[in-house]
Amino acid sequence: MNRTFYDKLIFELSHKGRKGCRVPAAVASDDSTASLPAALRREKPLLLPEVDEPTVVRHYTNLSTNNFGVDTGFYPLGSCTMKYNPKINEEMASLPGMSALHPATPASHAQGALKAYWTLQSMLSEIGGMSEFSLNPFAGAHGELTGLMVIRAYHDANGDTARDTVIIPDSAHGTNPASSAVAGLKVVEVKSLPDGTVDVEALKPLLGPHVAAMMMTNPNTLGIFESRIPEITRMVHDCGALMYYDGANLNPLVGVARPGDMGFDVMHINLHKTFSTPHGGGGPGSGPVGVRKGLEQFLPNPRVVRNDDGTFDLVTTDTALGSVSATLGNFAVQLRALSYILSLGHEGLAEVGPMATLAANYIKESLRDKYLLGVDRVCKHEFVFDGLIDKSTGVTTLNIAKRLLDNGFHAPTIYFPLLFHESLMIEPTETESLETIDAFIDVMREIAREAAEEPEKVLNAPLNTPIRKPDETAAALNPKVTYQDLLANG
Amino acid sequence: MHRYIPHTADDRARMLDRCGMKSEAELYADVPRELLLGRPYDVGSEMSEKEVRDFFRALDAENRPPQVCFAGDGFYDHMAPAAIPYIISRSEFLTAYTPYQPEISQGTLQYIFEYQSMIAALTGLEVSNASMYEGTTAAAEAMMLCVAAARKRRRVLISATVSEAVRAVVATYARYHGVELDVIPAVADGSVTDRDALRTMLAEGNPVAGVIVATPNRYGILEDYTGLADEVHAAKALLAMTCIAGDLAAIRTPGEWGADIAVGDAQSLGMPLNFGGPYLGFLCTSRALMRKVPGRIVGATTDADGQRVFVLTLQAREQHIRREKATSNICSNQGLMSLYATIYLSLTGPEGLREICEAGYKGAHRLLAALEATGKARAAMPGKPFLNEFAVDTDASADTIIERALAEGILPGVKIGPNRLLIAVTEMQTEADIDRLVNIIANS
Repeated sequence: MNRTFYDKLIFELSHKGRKGCRVPAAVASDDSTASLPAALRREKPLLLPEVDEPTVVRHYTNLSTNNFGVDTGFYPLGSCTMKYNPKINEEMASLPGMSALHPATPASHAQGALKAYWTLQSMLSEIGGMSEFSLNPFAGAHGELTGLMVIRAYHDANGDTARDTVIIPDSAHGTNPASSAVAGLKVVEVKSLPDGTVDVEALKPLLGPHVAAMMMTNPNTLGIFESRIPEITRMVHDCGALMYYDGANLNPLVGVARPGDMGFDVMHINLHKTFSTPHGGGGPGSGPVGVRKGLEQFLPNPRVVRNDDGTFDLVTTDTALGSVSATLGNFAVQLRALSYILSLGHEGLAEVGPMATLAANYIKESLRDKYLLGVDRVCKHEFVFDGLIDKSTGVTTLNIAKRLLDNGFHAPTIYFPLLFHESLMIEPTETESLETIDAFIDVMREIAREAAEEPEKVLNAPLNTPIRKPDETAAALNPKVTYQDLLANG
Repeated sequence: MHRYIPHTADDRARMLDRCGMKSEAELYADVPRELLLGRPYDVGSEMSEKEVRDFFRALDAENRPPQVCFAGDGFYDHMAPAAIPYIISRSEFLTAYTPYQPEISQGTLQYIFEYQSMIAALTGLEVSNASMYEGTTAAAEAMMLCVAAARKRRRVLISATVSEAVRAVVATYARYHGVELDVIPAVADGSVTDRDALRTMLAEGNPVAGVIVATPNRYGILEDYTGLADEVHAAKALLAMTCIAGDLAAIRTPGEWGADIAVGDAQSLGMPLNFGGPYLGFLCTSRALMRKVPGRIVGATTDADGQRVFVLTLQAREQHIRREKATSNICSNQGLMSLYATIYLSLTGPEGLREICEAGYKGAHRLLAALEATGKARAAMPGKPFLNEFAVDTDASADTIIERALAEGILPGVKIGPNRLLIAVTEMQTEADIDRLVNIIANS
């Protein structure tokens, strides 16, 4: 990325009368929107920029140089699985016969698209150890919500309507409790042991006829595999509740083990994490939800089914939890994930989990003499440092994160999980070369040295990013959230 | 070795050695043996790019995409300026994560700020988030926002004239979230919200947190909501409107109607149809609701060197801070599609967007007049004002018309009844296209 900050807004490039497109000629007609009743017409002037196409292209190209992406450099963001986004996926997501299809196109004319959806859902079922996936949810959190609705629909169908509680480990992602609340479920936290895994003894008294589900990610957010998972799923099932698997941490298990085989009943997958689709600065993602055999009828409407003659159809049923979208979801994102699975095949997929895991352990072992390990065990795809071992210099995790930016790396996830005060959560993924990983380790060691010998350098970081230390407090106290706000505030 | 996984045998040996391990199996020593898969996935073998292309081209060939699209119902075939896919595929935008590190994410943060400004301008409201998945889930979020703002009230009213897809998803969320969702009936012919019924419902003992209506409504009709906001506010409820982003250059906006919340689909801002996504949803509110808005919001501030810069702000609303007390569970949204919308609106400007609305209006009104002239079809709700989408009742069955039109490469609309089609016209359909559709319906 560029070290020079480009700071214009498109509104500030506007000149009255300029335009950046030509609209196709309208059909000949004397009629116009002026014949709509005045009460139904917009009166307020529309504050949009007036700019020509070259200006627009240059503006956004310059803006892009203020940004850092996976294609720019290493992005060791824990729990986000920022792996390389293959370029063939982009090409496969923009084939004309797919991109021109309106969602209301009858199935007879969209067989290829429906087949793509069905093929991906069957492959995800194989990878997750599930019976069927719905690809309709738009993102991970939407998948969680949909999965919890599946669980509630299941209990409702059994007349088991008193189950209103979800058990969630205290190390869970924030979306888990938030999705539970949106799904109308109460949240009870189960404590972690010092090694970060679920305290099975503490779980026992929490179970009962009021529990709808337990939500877990495995490995957990400390990157530790929950070895007692068979026992946990048995206990939860014995009390009549279902097990939900948060797929945010699926990457280290790809090619190795399946949530379905661990006893999970419902799961979601983040295609934008595990299956390499780009994050796009915050989306579009895709959060397919899978269920074990016996729960398929609760998946959201519409479902894609394969008929006996090999054709595909959309079906809507009354047993479904309802619908969570107008369409079949972020279809072009699904195409990218399908392209990725085909590109890897079973041989490539078999390497994903092990290499992501090996890379994480290699970094952990290379830095453990300088940074405080939260839990000293073999990790999976990610692990957490609780800041530097030597805290006497006053250098915090935030300082370390900002100093990494100075050195051309994205920061790890910081201050999450909440189990430690100085969490620094590192996830390298399987797509980073050893040279890149070694360069990161060198910089992390150099930051530790700076913290000890010249701490101001770290405490004052970042020193050479395009902008430095934005005043976030002022932003929240007096929010200016539109160009109109800027004009009003001078 | 795989082309995306760069570790050689030597690399692996070195990495294992650093970990004090002899084999990769030791990495999984803590996984109970019976849980190890121990076999390859049944997903086929690794493919070259050529093989991947062949696979997808074969799928692509099984589709028969219509060349002309009169279908709408929230999603429209509009012009898509070539500059947009070119810019949004720049990997600095495409491969970035959520902008949690503002120092190296000003590109994303700044376009989000521009996006918020443009969507707020379109809806006539003061605050926009960035972003929602699409219109149906955005409407569900609006419902939950009404309930959260009202604290004790759990009842929300939604008009029967809101699109079927939106009502279905809102009903799903209501069922599980514990919201009492009641449908405001339409008047006898179904065309518009029954305002008398709404007044009665607002006056009932069970107090209402919010009211959801649509503009245009499920039949493309522009309802006259004069006085509605006052009635809703007098009952201490919030008014939410669902709309189609592009239409707001021409039609009265939620802000002008006095709505507190505007939600809807922004696919109409030139986004490819893509069989359902990715699209874009939006959610705007009055300033009074700003601290209850779900999802991301970017604000302007200054940095240590006094430069104007942008940051994610008001994060105390969000799930990663508030967990089960957050206003919503939304995390990843449609980020890159908000960049799409921003570039689109920059290219069209206010005039271009108005011209697009005008072209849709002219085409749709010409088409309806021509259909009625055949005697084989008529407006389902005659005399009602609309912009570019309308419902027609046809002598022939909707299925017959769709089948015949598809044979000529035309998707004639969306079937909303055995003999009823919802038809939309945009700047993309020519006079010849319109004449062909009229002929098909006349001869069906």
